[in-house]
Amino acid sequence: MEIYKGKSVFGGIAIGKIRVYRKGKQQVKRQRVTDTDAEMARYRAAKEEAVRQLQGLYEKALKEVGEANAAIFEVHQMMLDDDDYNASVEHIVCSQEVNAEYAVAATGDNFAQMFASMDDDYMKERAADVHDISERLLTILNGADSAAADAGEPAIIAADDLAPSETVQLDKDQVLSFVTVHGSLNSHTAILARTMAIPALIGTPLPLDETVDGRLGIVDGSAGVIYVDPDEATLAAMREKQQAEKQKKELLQTLKGKENITLDGQKVMLYANIGNIKDLATVLQNDAGGIGLFRSEFIYLESDHYPTEEEQFRIYKQVAETMGNKRVIIRTLDIGADKKCDYFGMEPEENPALGYRAIRICLTRPEVFKTQLRALFRASAFGKIAIMYPMITGIQEVRQIKQIAEEVRKELTEQGIAIGDPEQGIMIETPAAVMVSDMLAKEVDFFSIGTNDLTQYTLAIDRQNTKLDAFYDAHHPAILRMISMVVENAHKAGIWAGICGELGADQTLTREFLAMGVDELSVSPGSILPIRKIVLETDVGAYKAGK
Amino acid sequence: MRELKYVITDPEGIHARPAGLLVKAVKDFSSEIKIKKGEKAMNCKAIFGVMGLGAKKGDEVTLTFEGADEDAAYDAISKFMQENL
Repeated sequence: MEIYKGKSVFGGIAIGKIRVYRKGKQQVKRQRVTDTDAEMARYRAAKEEAVRQLQGLYEKALKEVGEANAAIFEVHQMMLDDDDYNASVEHIVCSQEVNAEYAVAATGDNFAQMFASMDDDYMKERAADVHDISERLLTILNGADSAAADAGEPAIIAADDLAPSETVQLDKDQVLSFVTVHGSLNSHTAILARTMAIPALIGTPLPLDETVDGRLGIVDGSAGVIYVDPDEATLAAMREKQQAEKQKKELLQTLKGKENITLDGQKVMLYANIGNIKDLATVLQNDAGGIGLFRSEFIYLESDHYPTEEEQFRIYKQVAETMGNKRVIIRTLDIGADKKCDYFGMEPEENPALGYRAIRICLTRPEVFKTQLRALFRASAFGKIAIMYPMITGIQEVRQIKQIAEEVRKELTEQGIAIGDPEQGIMIETPAAVMVSDMLAKEVDFFSIGTNDLTQYTLAIDRQNTKLDAFYDAHHPAILRMISMVVENAHKAGIWAGICGELGADQTLTREFLAMGVDELSVSPGSILPIRKIVLETDVGAYKAGK
Repeated sequence: MRELKYVITDPEGIHARPAGLLVKAVKDFSSEIKIKKGEKAMNCKAIFGVMGLGAKKGDEVTLTFEGADEDAAYDAISKFMQENL
């Protein structure tokens, strides 16, 4: 048994024959031609055919991996139509009186070289795109069949690297996993593997010869390992792991598209928490009904200056458009002395959890707050955005926020800028907010209970201090009573209440939350389907009666 | 001739996808359109040239429009840059 370690692109277990994928690298000979016009006509015909093929690949990719990933084939078409590229081919053919194959290969190398020498990793990788289109032209000019190999049986594909067109041309049913020697986490292969949700490794120092080709292999995607010629014990252990994963996945797949409704007809909204725009794909894959907590602070933490209105607007708009008519709850800036940005110039504090943070910063620095609100109001014209304010303790703050939001709305309207009518809600994460939730409910459109902070503030336990673990009880009756009280007060005022803290994903409490009448649970994307399963199997009436 | 200066705000800079969109957008106009970063001036109608600038977030690019429809091109591309880059 040989073990090779690479970088994991996507988790999961694949067991099967390893097939080494060899590129149909076209041999190019430099040949003199006399009729350069005829040679150029041959080139143009090949180019048209290549564009046609790419259109086919684009449509295939669109169906299989979505618009964002398919876009590369549109870009390839434009590369083939690039004036400079075509001028270079024509120049070489006509001035040197040589064949189109040679001109394409030389042009491709020159353009690839330009990208390879750029000081930007992303652009360096575009050299592969140039090679890819040049290779396609050469294949057509040579009259050879497309490089897509036929697989025979489903296999683990091992390759030096795979061009995007090669990845898409592979029959998905025949591919168990991708393992490449080169490639990066940004390469299209990596992106496609993630979208196809199959185990994949890159940067794996695998010899692409007979010691690997045709041998039995196991890819453990989450561990980033490929076993070649595994021993019996490894094989058995991995089969078991694969079986467990498969059962779980199948079960969850059957839950996709189902409504979150209990046996006795009570509905609940299951939303996703996300901390970065990159998480959007998993939100959709896990069938979230919306986004219940979009932590906007990543925009601030990843920046070295106050994010501008335009920068923020673009991100919020993208989320809103991606989610379509589903609700997207964006929490306004929640930073403080523990999650800090240098440019905010925050002073160190004795007690950051009880300090200058979140809405307290926003209300004392209205210019920072207004920039974010303007971006949010503008983005709300493009989808169903709701705005959520964190760290509320009382009604005064809410009124102040609403006044600022109203000013923003007025300013944008006066400037003739399109805005929507976003719902505005608050986080309930301080004991004070719980105690006055009846009053707060009359001021806002919704509540979302942030159980992490609420627990910390209620039990007076610092979660960072491991010595206190013995005293910490996530299911403390005080917390459960608070949640129940908040939901009740929300309903009395005719608004909805959800939970977006970690407790929301606690499957041992799902029934209890349903019994309390919680309207929404916002959890990490991976928890949505397991919770849906519980909801579908619960009879709330019977649960209450049995308590 | 019209000239447009624009500072890239897209965190990824002018990468493949927006470069493609930009090329598509400028091809609608007959004017000669160039895009320049620093000393490098490129034909804005050719995707390799646009990507080859390697324009990143915070970089200033200058677009020049010359031809019969330069005003219309200027207006459309200004809008395009603001919305996409």
